[in-house]
Formats: sequence, structure tokens, C-alpha cells
Amino acid sequence: MFDDFFVRALFAGIGIAFVTGPLGCFVVWRRLSYFGDTLAHSALLGVTMAYTLDLNIAISVFLISSVIALILIQLQKKTNLPGDALLGLLAHSSLAVGLVVIGFLTFIRFDIMGLLFGDILAVTTDDLLIIWTGGALILLVLKLIWKPLFASTVNYELAEAEGLNPDRAKAIFTILMAAVIAISIKMVGLLLITGMLIIPAAMARNISDSPQKMVIFSIIGGLLSVVLGLYSSLEFNTSSGPSIIAAALVLFILSLFKIKQSIKLKN
Amino acid sequence: MNTENNILVKLHNAGFKQNNKWLVEGVSLTVEKGKIVTLIGPNGSGKSTTAKIALGIYKNIEGNVEKYTNKVGYVPQKISIDWTLPLRVCDFMLLTESISEKDIDEALSLTGVIHLKNKNLGNLSGGEFQRVLIARAISKKPELLVLDEPVQGVDYTGEIALYELIKNISDTLSCGILLISHDLHTVMTATDHVVCLNGHVCCSGSPMDVAKNNEYKALFGEKASQILTVYEHKHDHVHSDEGEIKKN
Repeated sequence: MFDDFFVRALFAGIGIAFVTGPLGCFVVWRRLSYFGDTLAHSALLGVTMAYTLDLNIAISVFLISSVIALILIQLQKKTNLPGDALLGLLAHSSLAVGLVVIGFLTFIRFDIMGLLFGDILAVTTDDLLIIWTGGALILLVLKLIWKPLFASTVNYELAEAEGLNPDRAKAIFTILMAAVIAISIKMVGLLLITGMLIIPAAMARNISDSPQKMVIFSIIGGLLSVVLGLYSSLEFNTSSGPSIIAAALVLFILSLFKIKQSIKLKN
Repeated sequence: MNTENNILVKLHNAGFKQNNKWLVEGVSLTVEKGKIVTLIGPNGSGKSTTAKIALGIYKNIEGNVEKYTNKVGYVPQKISIDWTLPLRVCDFMLLTESISEKDIDEALSLTGVIHLKNKNLGNLSGGEFQRVLIARAISKKPELLVLDEPVQGVDYTGEIALYELIKNISDTLSCGILLISHDLHTVMTATDHVVCLNGHVCCSGSPMDVAKNNEYKALFGEKASQILTVYEHKHDHVHSDEGEIKKN
């Protein structure tokens, strides 16, 4: 069944959507979209490392993104620069260093467009294995830290006062972010991963009134985007990443009508 | 758990410094089971800071804190819920602990907001939200309850009823309460121990002792120390009134 590249891509996308749905909600709630971007940009460095050292791309990206996240946390503690400046600094410098390193690796043929925007042809059975086992692990860990993470998202001091250890939950969540970027980079491309996290979650926000519902709608939105996006990518011969994100955008626009309705009802 | 002397949390010479400025220093106090300790003092005197030290929210403190319980209910002074979070009252009740539907309903009824159970938190008024905060803190049946200005924004009759409720909770659950309040009436009557703060401990003791203290008079004015006598005079009347309010 997985001989067909399109079936592989579809299963990869579905696996990713299950993970980006809930994580994306936290990205929206905790205002981490630029943080996600920074990790995604640093993934390029991970990809080059994978090629030079002959490692698996997902594992290498996971390692580099985790390191960048840790550096960021240290910089936040040690400097007086505002958070967004630090994020920009890390995002663009790691992207630049990644591209410079690629320039040196003349002996390897890089598909830069595929890296930036995703390539459904590139998904192998090994990738599928990594996406589904990695994805299952990410969801399991997220379930374990859900209570402290969610409580501290609502109010840090309340979570800390009532003994939930929010700092640990935040650190683990950061690692999960690096992991989700690592497993989705081939599919969506590093410039668009944050879109996969945010847009379905933003769509879900428009149509839900409880956190659980928002997570579920976010997953459904992600799944629909993947299926619609991949079919149109096949139909119109476009890159897989942009097609998926464009499909997510269409769903988001549709969800705006629901908001209008509920505002009308209130008035 | 320190069962011998019922101590829940003990601050010894505790203080907290931020940007080289002491927010509060040299605070010693003890909250025991079934007792209400109240912090009073002017704005910026370190009341909330002291509460956060006791709760373990501030980490790099001077002095030491011994906490003997993990079952804590906290009503913070300020809390803002982000619009991006779709959160109903019933979701909020389950924030830090999984409690039964029955306990949720009971707590919401006690604070008079059971009708708001499925409302979005963002649509509540200040007073309603405050009642939900108190309900959440008591629903988990804590051993230590820390209430930072719990009745701010609540209407006058509600205020009396809520203080009565807090007193009842302290008796029925035999939990210790650390209360921060501006309302000297309540402070002086429902409290076992008063700590008067102004960057440090000005004076502390039973409400009667504190009211007589000169530093307290200097801080709150001569009139404040007469409140106690005024209140005691009114006591019977207020008590019967409260019964009526509860029936409402």
C-alpha cells in the first residue's frame, strides 16, 4: 500500500495533523508563533548537519532545534533584549548559517525549494515510521503534562501556588515543539511549519467555546487541510507545503462566518 | 505533614528583593489549621508579596519558608484571561485538580454563581469572576487557603455573605486561611491573628492588640482603632441581618 508516493504522503500528513492540532492550540494560547518560526528556521541547520554527518533528517533537526530552544531560554535569562528581538536574532542567524553551510557542501545536491516548502515525493516509508511513532510519543507526553501546562497557560502563579510545577511543563513543551518541527519538515517545509501549527488552531478558536473542543476542531481542521492540500498539490502540480497551508487558510476564512453569526446572535 | 502543632505554613524572617529594592522584609508568621491570619497594610506594603512568598511563587527569597501542605487553594489579586483561550466556568473549575461534578456545583452554589457554570469566563463581570475564583479555590477542599483581596468588586451584601462563607469554610474544613483584606471591619472580627505590614511587620497579634497598637494607629489613623468597638456594639444586629441575606 505504501508503494504509492501519494499514499505515503497522505499518511504522513494525517500523522502530522494529529500532532500539530493540539500543539498548535498551545502555540496560539501561549503566543508562541514566532517561537515556532525560530525553531523552524533553525531546522535548516539540522538538515545540513544530517547531510554532512549522514544522519536521519528528523533526528538531526530535533537535536539542533532543541539546542536552539535551550540557547534561547538562556539568552532570555542573561540579556535585557526583548523576547521578539532575541527570537529574530536566532531565527535569521540560524537560517543564514544554514544557507552558508549549504554553500560549502557543493558535493551534495540540495533541493532548497523542497526544504523550504515541503516535498511530497520525498516522503519515504522510514519517514512514515518516524512520523507515526514520534507523533504518538509527542501526544503521549503532551497528555502527561496537559494539566500543569494548561493551568500555567491560564495563570502561571495559580499553577505554581497550587503545586503543579509549571516550569518543568514549559521546558518539556519546548522539546515537544522541536520534535513536531522535526517530524513535519519534509512534508510542510521549514518556512510553513508554523502555519500548520497556527492556522488550524486559529480556525478552531473561531468555532469553539471550550479548550477541549478547540483541540478537536484544530485536529479536524489540520486533517482536512492535509487531504485537500495534497489532492490539489497532485492536481495542480504545486509544492505540498503551500497547498496544505492554503487549504487551511480557506478553512479559516470559512470559520469567520461562524463568528459573524454568533456576534449577530448576541446582539 | 506536621500534625503535632497543626502548622501549615511558617515564614521565618522572610523577605523578597526585586531589582535591588526590598518589596517586603523580615516577615515571620504562622498559619495553622482552622485559623485565619489576616494581612493588612497600605498599598505597596508587601501584602501580596508576602502571600506569594508563603505560596512558594517567589523562589529567591531571604529567610525561610516551611510549607507542610500541598493542598493549596489560591485566589490571586489580579488575573486576566486571554481572549484566545475559550474557557467556560466549568473548565476553569477543573484547572488545577480533577474534582467531581458534585463538588463543582456545591462550590458554585455556595458563592452564588451556579447559574454561570456554562458561561464563558470572558463574559463575566468583575464581581461574578471574583465569586468564581473563590469557588474554584474552595472546591478542591484545600488545607491552606490564600485569599488576596477575595471580595474586590463584589457588591456590599455579597461581601458580607462571602466573608461569612470564608469563616464557615475555615471551621468546617478546618483549613488555615491567609487573608489579605482592606476591609478593617471583617479583619477585626473574623480573624484570629492580624499582621500589619508596611514593608516589614509593623505589629501583629490578636485584632484587639493590633487595634490598640500605636503603629497601627499611625498607619490607619485614630478612627481605625475605634472600628473594633463600633463593630462589637453592632454585633448582634449584623448577625441577624446576615441570616436574612443568606436566605436571599
